[in-house]
Amino acid sequence: MTPLTSYLMVAAMLFAIGLAGALTRRNAILVLIGIELMLNAANLNLIAFWRYGPHPEALTGMMFAIFSIAVAAAEAAVGLGLVIQIHRHAHSTDLDAMNRMKG
Amino acid sequence: MIETMDQSFVLLQHWVVGFLPLALRPFAVVVLGVVGIVAVFPGLFALSVLLERKGLGRMQNRLGPNRVGPYGILQPIADGIKSLTKEDIVPLSADAAVHFLAPLVLVVAAFLGFAVLPMGRNMVLVDMDASLLFYFAIGASTELSIFMAGWSSRNKYSLLGAMRGVAQMISYEVPLLMSSVAVVMISGSLSLVKIVEAQNHYTWGLPHWYIFTPWGFAGFLLYAIASTAETNRCPFDLPEGESELVAGYFTEYSGFKFALFFLGEYLAMFSISGIGATLFLGGWSAPFEFLTWVPSWIWFFSKLMLSIVVFIWVRGTLPRLRQDQLMNFAWKFVLPLTMLNLFVAGLWRFLGEGWMRWVVCSAILMVAYVAMGRIGMRREHFGPRRYRYAE
Amino acid sequence: MSVVFYLLSGLTLAGGLAAILLKNTVHCALALTVAFAGLALLFLSLDAQFAGFAQILVYIGAVAILVVFAILLTRGSETPKDGVYSHHWPLGLVIAAGVFAVLGWAVLQSARVLPNETAVPSVTVLQIGNALMSRYVLPLEIVALLMTAAMIGAVIVAMHEKEGAK
Repeated sequence: MTPLTSYLMVAAMLFAIGLAGALTRRNAILVLIGIELMLNAANLNLIAFWRYGPHPEALTGMMFAIFSIAVAAAEAAVGLGLVIQIHRHAHSTDLDAMNRMKG
Repeated sequence: MIETMDQSFVLLQHWVVGFLPLALRPFAVVVLGVVGIVAVFPGLFALSVLLERKGLGRMQNRLGPNRVGPYGILQPIADGIKSLTKEDIVPLSADAAVHFLAPLVLVVAAFLGFAVLPMGRNMVLVDMDASLLFYFAIGASTELSIFMAGWSSRNKYSLLGAMRGVAQMISYEVPLLMSSVAVVMISGSLSLVKIVEAQNHYTWGLPHWYIFTPWGFAGFLLYAIASTAETNRCPFDLPEGESELVAGYFTEYSGFKFALFFLGEYLAMFSISGIGATLFLGGWSAPFEFLTWVPSWIWFFSKLMLSIVVFIWVRGTLPRLRQDQLMNFAWKFVLPLTMLNLFVAGLWRFLGEGWMRWVVCSAILMVAYVAMGRIGMRREHFGPRRYRYAE
Repeated sequence: MSVVFYLLSGLTLAGGLAAILLKNTVHCALALTVAFAGLALLFLSLDAQFAGFAQILVYIGAVAILVVFAILLTRGSETPKDGVYSHHWPLGLVIAAGVFAVLGWAVLQSARVLPNETAVPSVTVLQIGNALMSRYVLPLEIVALLMTAAMIGAVIVAMHEKEGAK
């Protein structure tokens, strides 16, 4: 396996782990943790392709990854604010219990 | 001869490494540098602990420790023996793994910060292109260890202290970064080595340190305020206030782990003062041109110890700020001033050489400082107190 | 591949697994921090120093602390009585395994056409700054706008309602 392929496999594994976490946990914050893992796996993909692809001096991959880090931080902030407000309203963060629009 | 004294540690390092085979040489250079850092800075820690207790004692009109050795010089050794031999008590309901790891994370992060500090001419452990960014990234990791310490103790006071500490540290992180960005902008590089070299010039015998410019002076003061808050020192030490919260986030730590926390805190103080000296006070460059014969590392460590003495002095003088006053100060006063400082630094560069830029920049900063102070000092209407609880 | 790569990727994957498997939510957040640190080191091993330091500064210094604060404010450290995994956890696992199978197959299939060893790119912060101000200035400004909107939005969403409007 070439170095690029190994990095891509690690990123794919991390993505799958994040997806499994987002789909199988009850707590809303754990779902957000899974989403952060998925975003990080995508960043790893970007940087690996930047490093081993043609024209690394164009900095495209690194720039994309940096903007992705910034956007992920903003999205985590808003998402966690939403979770806090949901907790205030429903007094729990259990996603299995929040399966109805009423309330 | 002067050159030899100045480069004595570098020459010593090269001489020792010369005995080893070629393959091991890069590792040996780094290992020797690390050994030097691990030997010097804990030694400075012992010295400054003693300095703090004696200094605070004198400021409070009492003698400090003076039983152990003449003038209490052997007190740090006594403290070390005490902390090593005290029983290590871990509460029953505490989270054992996190409780154990918290001081380790703090000390590791504190030591990592020294890797990019230029302690003399050619005396930096790792010369990276983005070394200032590395330092601030590592500094942001210390907040996590404070949270780990406070949460794992399962103690209301620890958790409260940890939450306050983390909130304070993230609030003052932004002014800390912004006041250093002005320096980065003017010197054109994130590398600390290049920042020192940009300040190492002399005009009429006076140095080009950034503190001698209007934006540099304001930046230095803002950096000093932000670094006092980042290291949880008085007047910003409500998270560990001894009369308020027992001992804040390290209430449940005893013996060696407490000593590790103490060590980590003082090491953070050293590295942040070192960075402040590098950014604003010219790092290892001498104050006057006729004094350049003194070795560069002596100047660096003198500036470092001067900053520590000022930290201790401020601790003995000013009262503690309340948490909401502290956060108000950060977001409503320090942050706008750092942003204005950035703009003024740009103006400084843009206006070109001459007396004009001194007048314009100083005027803008003075007007802004007075205006923000007046706005903050408006008489508040005192009415019935309204509480906002976290739910 | 070198030992360093295996160690770092092992650390990252172990952190990720711990982050989704542990019962205590705060332990999950701390394991997530370990995963972030492992990823930052992987970036450094890929010669992307700026991205690595930005990862530490933003993710470990801000996002991890945000997650921890949110866990504490929503009383997440108390274990729920119905268990920590949702009812439909086998389905979630199957979907994740399916996604991994597809991605892995795609990567291994195209291993022939992917580039192999290339020269180490030397990227200085000066080049990044120049690129940000010339070629990527529009994304920079849009991200600044996005951050302002996200900050204001997060404050408004998480704010207490006023006393009278309840």
